[in-house]
Formats: sequence, C-alpha cells, structure tokens
Amino acid sequence: MSTTVVNGVNVQALLDAREVLKGAPEAAQFVWRASSKWQKGVHSTTTIQNFFGLGEEQTHKSESVFDADHPAVFAAEDNGITPIEYLLVGLASCLTAGVASVAQNRGIQLRSVESTVEGNHDIRGILGADSDVRNGFNDVKVTFTIDADASKEDIEALVAQSQKRSAVFDALTNPTNVTVEVA
Amino acid sequence: MLERGEVANSWRRERWPSLRLLTPNWLSRLPGHHYDGPEPDGYMTMAEVTEFIERFAKVSRAPVRTGTEVTRVRRIDDGYQVMTSNGEIRCRALVIASGACNRPTVPELAAAVPESVEQLTPFSYRDPAQLADGGVLVVGASATGVQLAAELRRSGRPVTISVGEQARMPRTYRGRDVLWWMVASGIWDQRYDEVDDLDRARRLPSPQLVGTPERTTLDLNVLTAMGVEPVGRLAAIRDGTALFSGGLRNVFALADLKLARLLTTFDEWADDEADAPERFAPTQVPASARLQLDLRRGEIRTIIWATGFRPDYGWLDVPVLDPKGRLRHDGGVVDSPGMYALGLPVLRRRKSTFIHGIEDDARDVTNHLAHHLDGMVE
Ligand SMILES: Cc1cc2nc3c(=O)[nH]c(=O)nc-3n(C[C@H](O)[C@H](O)[C@H](O)COP(=O)(O)OP(=O)(O)OC[C@H]3O[C@@H](n4cnc5c(N)ncnc54)[C@H](O)[C@@H]3O)c2cc1C
Repeated sequence: MSTTVVNGVNVQALLDAREVLKGAPEAAQFVWRASSKWQKGVHSTTTIQNFFGLGEEQTHKSESVFDADHPAVFAAEDNGITPIEYLLVGLASCLTAGVASVAQNRGIQLRSVESTVEGNHDIRGILGADSDVRNGFNDVKVTFTIDADASKEDIEALVAQSQKRSAVFDALTNPTNVTVEVA
Repeated sequence: MLERGEVANSWRRERWPSLRLLTPNWLSRLPGHHYDGPEPDGYMTMAEVTEFIERFAKVSRAPVRTGTEVTRVRRIDDGYQVMTSNGEIRCRALVIASGACNRPTVPELAAAVPESVEQLTPFSYRDPAQLADGGVLVVGASATGVQLAAELRRSGRPVTISVGEQARMPRTYRGRDVLWWMVASGIWDQRYDEVDDLDRARRLPSPQLVGTPERTTLDLNVLTAMGVEPVGRLAAIRDGTALFSGGLRNVFALADLKLARLLTTFDEWADDEADAPERFAPTQVPASARLQLDLRRGEIRTIIWATGFRPDYGWLDVPVLDPKGRLRHDGGVVDSPGMYALGLPVLRRRKSTFIHGIEDDARDVTNHLAHHLDGMVE
C-alpha cells in the first residue's frame, strides 16, 4: 500500500478490522435501522440515527431525516424523491465508497469520481396495469467517469472490485428475505 | 502408505469416464517419472493417468498397503495411534495425503430443490445417457462445470449454466499451452509465503480449461456459441424457483480483467520465440440473463452441482481443524507435533494441488519431518 496516496480512506483501519473480526464473528453482526412516519398523501419522513454493531448500540453523529414523496406527474406534492430513487442513492454512494477504498488500498490516487445511475422502471407493474410487468426496476445502469493516476484497465478493475464488495450491489442483485409485520 | 482402495484410487473411482486431465502430458510428471509417449501436448484419459500412477508406484517401490482404510487417528504420548480396517498402527510422524477432493461440495440450498428434479454431483455423474431427457442446470463454471455443460449440450439437451467466480483461460496462448506459461513464467512456482492473500489464493476456483485432442478453449463465449445459456450465481431457491444473481456482468468483467492481467504477465516474461501477443474478446453478456427459473415446471429435469470439492477428515480425531473444517497448517506442517499434510491448495506453492506440484512440496515437508524425528531421537 502506498502511503503517498491520499483518497481520505483509512484503509489500514479497515484491514485491521477485517483481521479482528475474522476471529470475532459476533462483533461483526450489525443491525441498521430506520424509522418512518406517514405525513400526508404519499409523503413520509424516515429518520435514521441509531444502529447496532461491535456488540453494542451505536449512534451517528447526528440524526438524518429523509423525505419521500412522489412527483407531480404522479399527482403528488413532490416533497422529496420517490422511494425507488433512494435505491439509486444507496447504490451510487456504496459503489463510490468502494472505488475510493479499493483505490486507496491499491495505491491509486483519485482526482475525481463521478457516476450516473439509471434505473429503468416500467410503472405498469406498480399500477397493476399489466400483471406480467414487475414492480421493481427492469435493469439498472451505473456509468462511472474517473480521473485517476491509473491505466484504463486498472480503473476498470477498481470499479469491478468495488461491485464485488458492495453491500448495496449485493442487496439489489441477490434476493433477500424480507419480513413485514404489523406490531 | 495406507490406501483404502487401490493405487490411483481417486482417478479410478471419483472421476467421470470422459474426463481427461487439463494438464498436458509433458507437465503431468512425478519425481523421476514422466510421460514418454508420442503426444507430449495431449491430455491423459482416466485410464492413462491411472496407469501412469500405477507405474510410478511400481518403479518407486512405494510401500503401499491397499485396501486399508484409516478410520481414526488419535494423539498418543509421542505420536499417533492409527486405527485402520486392517488393525492398529502406532507412529511417531504422520503425513495426511488423503486428498483435497474427497467429497463434492454441495451448497445448503440444494435441500430446497423440488423432488421432481434429480440432483447429481461430479462423483455421481457418469454420462449424458444417465440423465432424464430435458433441461439441465449446471451450477458452477470452473473446470468441472464448463466441461459437463459442454458434454450435456452436445447430447442435445438444453443447458443453463449458473456462473459465479471463474478463472477464464484460453487453452493455448501465443502458440503454447496456457499452462506452459503458468510454469515458465514462474506463477505456479510462487510460494505460499509470497502470495498476497493466502486465504484467497487457497480458495481460487480451478482454471476454466478442458483437455481435448483438439486443444480447444472452453470459456463462456464458447459455451454460449454452443447454445448453453449463462445465468448469474445461484443465490436462493424460493418456493421451488431458483433465483440467480443480477451481477453476471461484473462476474464476467472480473474474469476478463484478470485474464488480461495474466496475459500481460506472460507478455512481460515472453521470449522472442513465442508467437505475437493475443487478446481475447470480452465475455459476451446475454442481453437479459434470466433471474429466475421455476424448477417445478419440468423445464429443468436435472441439476448438476459443479460447486467444488472438499477434503473429508471424519477420521481425524486430533483438534487441528479450523471452524470451517479446514486443516490448520503452515506449509504442510500441521498444528500438532509430527503431523504433516500434502496435496492441499497452495500448500507451499501455487502448483501444490497439481500432479506435478507435489514433488517440491513433498521434499520440503519430508525434510521437516526428518528433522522432527531426529529431534525426538536426540
Ligand atoms: C475432477 C478433478 C480433475 C482434476 N484434474 C487434474 C489435472 O488435470 N491435473 C492435475 O495435475 N490435477 C488434477 N486434479 C487434482 C488432483 O486431485 C491432484 O492432482 C492429485 O490427484 C492429488 O493427489 P493426492 O494423492 O494428493 O490426492 P488423491 O488423488 O485424492 O489421493 C488420495 C488418496 O487417499 C485415499 N484415502 C482418502 N482417505 C483415506 C482414508 N481415510 N484411509 C485410506 N486412504 C484414504 C484415497 O482413496 C486416495 O487414493 C483434479 C482433481 C479433480 C477433483
């Protein structure tokens, strides 16, 4: 690992954590939490502050509040982005974090990392207009533009490795058991 | 030397009949014993490799006690007690050379496969005629998976192959067997204490290769051209439906990038005699790979688990396994005095699990063993 590369990722801390958690799988069990509240119409606010990890309750530096709504073309008030757009936020930010971490680990200096994410969505599914159309995305495309001290192949390898280690990429590409209950 | 079956038992009993080695004849060598037939660039059939090893056992006068199964090994005062099907043996040192591939690995989700679908492993698979007519899902695209998918497709069956991590390789590169390059460039000689991430190196999939007289490449592009349908990694089976990962494109990208790096290493090493450098077309990603397959509909009649192999240490009653059931050892020196291992992935070198790889490892390990015994005598 090169120490002259400054991408602002503390890779050593992550590598150390990996070694420690290899022998302590209990401490690696995290629970991420969000609490949501209906406002009006299809507008809701979701608050995130606490999570569980390393064997104890943890708190973000501050609380984050996210508004979700639907746009005017859905006859809503557009108080925030649509819920499915939050998936794009998650995917882009996760892959970008991965690119930075892998670059740091491989000694690649980044100058800029930009990406656009497009999710193709046939809304006939959610409207119940065609039972053959699924509710979620049909496909998602991420396009990275990266300026870095590295060859094209090395940059492609960064992006590939970032997908390989991405929580959100995994959550979107693989099925997950989801339980929804009424308390 | 205790052997539960006959000499070369794994090649006689645990391989499918059409298999040939993926290592070329000139490379499949044992100490002082090498192929001397007319086809150094060919690949041995199972009968040939069995004969080759038998001949080595004879020439080297290996003291093999066949038909002797080890049923239990325990630590005793200054060594080990070995219970066998032919009675008890006591020894001061012991080498575990029982193989890295005693059992096919089958993922837990196999339990959710509907009963109407037959399940096979590389140990129970013989040939296409054994399968019900109809579609086959091959899970895994390393050497075993691609070879079986191709054989089944040639029998006329619709074949779907579920692809996870794979090590793509052309059969020949710049006019030579790709494994010639692995040996000549020194990659296969790389030592276990020089490898960046040993844990990962020991889990790498087998190279996507097949040994055929025509020396053909068998990568995903070849399979796709034959009409085999690639899908993503099998992630779950839910209510009888197989769900595949949507990450196929990246699995292909990783394999293509890794192959390009490997070829660059070869090129940097190459001499002037080799043909011009080559680059291979990227793995074609299907326009829309299927994400699910209903296993109850009859489209798939058989699933073949080509998901790897693992050793069986059921007989080993000494606490030397890690929580995942792998032997704890440092270059074959097992974590118990006088106990050694050979033939495990990257035991001491990248070539450790190949027939030709055993020689250097065996020398290192037996040296250590001899010192251990000397120390006990002094
Ligand atoms: C499908 C497949 C294809 C392969 N193709 C190639 C190839 O092309 N080229 C190559 O170089 N390598 C190949 N390999 C790797 C190959 O396994 C090794 O090269 C070689 O066989 C390793 O030899 P070994 O003696 O360590 O293990 P094995 O060949 O597995 O021999 C272990 C022996 O121990 C015996 N044994 C196990 N447990 C007991 C017990 N409890 N008591 C008594 N005896 C026991 C077994 O019967 C067996 O005879 C392949 C492996 C597989 C699975």
